[in-house]
Amino acid sequence: MVQQNKNYIELKNINKSFEKFQASKDINFGIEKGRLVALLGPSGSGKTTILRMIAGLENADSGEIVIDGKVVNDIPASQRRVGFVFQNYALFRYKTVYDNIAFGLKVNHWNKADIKKRVSELINLVNLNGLEKRYPNQLSGGQRQRVAFARALAPNPELLLLDEPFAAIDAKVRQELRSWLREMINKVGITSIFVTHDQDEAIEVADEIIITNKGRVEQIGSPREIYNTPRTAFVAEFMGHPTKINNISSFWGFTGLDASYHAVIRPENVSISKKTDKIRYEVTAEEGVVERVLFRGKELEIWVRIHGILLQGTRRAEEEPIREGEQVKVFIYRAYVYKEDGEVQIVVNQTIRAEESVII
Amino acid sequence: MNIRKDSGSLKWILIGICAVFLTVMLILPLVYVLITAFEKGIHVFGTAVSDEYAVKAIFLTLKVTVITLIFNTIFGIFAAWCITRFQFRGKKVISTLIDLPLTVSPIIAGLIYVLTFGRQSALYPFLKSVGINIIFAVPGIVLATIFVTFPFVSREIIPVLTAQGTDEEEAAALMGAGGFTIFREITFPHIKWALLYGIVLCSARAMGEFGAVSVLSGHLRGKTNTMPLYIELLYQGYDFTGAFAVSAILVLMAVVILILRSKLEKKGKKEVD
Repeated sequence: MVQQNKNYIELKNINKSFEKFQASKDINFGIEKGRLVALLGPSGSGKTTILRMIAGLENADSGEIVIDGKVVNDIPASQRRVGFVFQNYALFRYKTVYDNIAFGLKVNHWNKADIKKRVSELINLVNLNGLEKRYPNQLSGGQRQRVAFARALAPNPELLLLDEPFAAIDAKVRQELRSWLREMINKVGITSIFVTHDQDEAIEVADEIIITNKGRVEQIGSPREIYNTPRTAFVAEFMGHPTKINNISSFWGFTGLDASYHAVIRPENVSISKKTDKIRYEVTAEEGVVERVLFRGKELEIWVRIHGILLQGTRRAEEEPIREGEQVKVFIYRAYVYKEDGEVQIVVNQTIRAEESVII
Repeated sequence: MNIRKDSGSLKWILIGICAVFLTVMLILPLVYVLITAFEKGIHVFGTAVSDEYAVKAIFLTLKVTVITLIFNTIFGIFAAWCITRFQFRGKKVISTLIDLPLTVSPIIAGLIYVLTFGRQSALYPFLKSVGINIIFAVPGIVLATIFVTFPFVSREIIPVLTAQGTDEEEAAALMGAGGFTIFREITFPHIKWALLYGIVLCSARAMGEFGAVSVLSGHLRGKTNTMPLYIELLYQGYDFTGAFAVSAILVLMAVVILILRSKLEKKGKKEVD
C-alpha cells in the first residue's frame, strides 16, 4: 500500500474500445512524481490512446485514472492541469510565438502583467529570444517544438504529456532535441510521459519505459532492464534489431535446449570472423556463408546464412573486410530464448558457461 | 519543364483556342451589351437607368442580396462546422442535400415554394391568418434566392476546415478555452478567406438569379421585380436600350464583385504563404 501511494499517476484496469477495436485492455501502471516515462510500442499498440485518456481527450470505458490521489475520470481535460504537446505540435498558425504561449494564460484570465512575465520566462527557458513576433511557419522544426513545449508548460501544469515529440523533425536535429528535452524536463522537474515508437529515443530519453503491444502493457522498467532482460516474447522481439530463430537447439553452444523453444539473437551478440582468424571460443563457432554486406557508415552490417537462417552481425570498418559469398566463422554469445507465450530466458553460449565455471 | 519546352506549338494552339472561345462567348456579348446600352447616347442611358421602376428593381436586388448573404453566411458556417467537426448518422445525407440547389433547376426550386406556401398548400390558411405573404411578394424572392445560393459558402469552407484538422482546436480546448473563444481565435482566422470568397460567389449568384425568382415574384413592377426580371420585362416590351442599360449596371456589379474576388484571393494567398 505504501508503494501505491508513492505513485503520482495511476491507471487502474483501464479499458477502451473504438467501436469494435479494443485499443486498451486492462491497463495498469503507476508513475512516480518527477519521472520521465516513455510509452513505447509499435503503431497501433494503444500508446497514444493511453496518453489521450490521461489528458482527458478520450474517456476510458472502464477503470480509474488517478492523478495526485484524485480520480480524474470525470474531470474535464481543461481542469486536469495537464500540458499536452501534440505530435505535429498543433501550434496556432495564425498566432505569433508570443500569443501561442500566452493563449492558455489568457483563457484562464491571468492579468496582463503576469502573462507578460510568464511568457518571457518561458521564452528564456526554451531559448527563443527574439522570435516572439514570428509565426509558426517562419520557424524551423526544432523551434516549433520548443514553442509547443513552452506553450504546454505556460499554465504551470502538474503533468506534461508529449505525443511522438520527435516524429516531425529530421534525423539530425532529432538527436540534439532528445538531449535538449531531457535537460529541460529535468530542469523544470515536471512529471512527464511521452509516446514513441522509436526504441533508441525511449532508451536515451526516458527514466522508465512502458512497453505496449495490442492494447496491453507488456513490461515496465528502466531502459537497462527492458533492453537487457526482456520478460515477454514480444519485448524480446521488439527491442534491439533481433533475428528470430525457430531451431535454436541446432546451433552449436545451444544444443541442450528443448527443440520447441524459439529464440531471438541480436546483432551485437554475434561475432563474425574470417576463417583464418583465431578466435577465443573456437569450439562452438558455427560456419556460415556471407550473403550480404551493407555499408552503414561507421560499421558494416553483415548477413550470414547458418542452418538456413539469415543472421545479422556487424564488423567494424577497421577490421579486415569480408566479401559476399565468403565462408566465415560465427560465434553467438547469447540468445533470448522463449516458448510460445512463455517467459524469456537468457541463454549464454555453452562454451562461455563452461569456461566461466572452470575459472570459478 | 520539358513539356513546356518541347511543345511550343501546342501551347500556342491551346492559347489560341481559349482566346477565340472567350472572345466569342464572353467578350463580344459583353461589348455588345455596353454598345447597345449607350447606342442612343448617354442621355437615353441615363433616363432608362433612372426610371422609377429601374431604380426600385436595383434596390430590391440589393436588398434581397444582402438578406440572402446574411442568412447563407450563418447557415454556411454552421453547416460546414457540423459536417467537419462531428460524427453522426445521416452526415452524408446532409452533405448531399447541401449540394442539391446546384443540380436542381431553379425553376423547380421556385415551383417547390409555390407548392409549399401557395394557396393549395396546407400551410396557406395559417400563413394568411398571421398575415404573411410569401408567394408573389418579397419574402418569396428572398426564399428562392437563399435556396439557390446556399451551397456556396459551406462548399468553400468545408475543404479548409477538413484540411485544418482538429489538432489546434483540441489544443485550445485542453488549455481551457470555451467553444466561442476557440471559434473566434483559432477557427475563424483559418476560414476567413474561404468564407469571404464564398460570400462573393454567393452574392454574384444572388444578384443574377432569374429562374426561381421568376416563378415566385409575380412580376409586379416596382414591387417584386428584381433586376433580371425587370430586364426581361423591358426586353419583352422591345425596349432594347432600356434592357441593355439595366443589364450594363448588372454587369458592372458583377465586374466589381469579380475584382473583389481576385483581390481577396491574392490577399488570402499572401497570408497563407
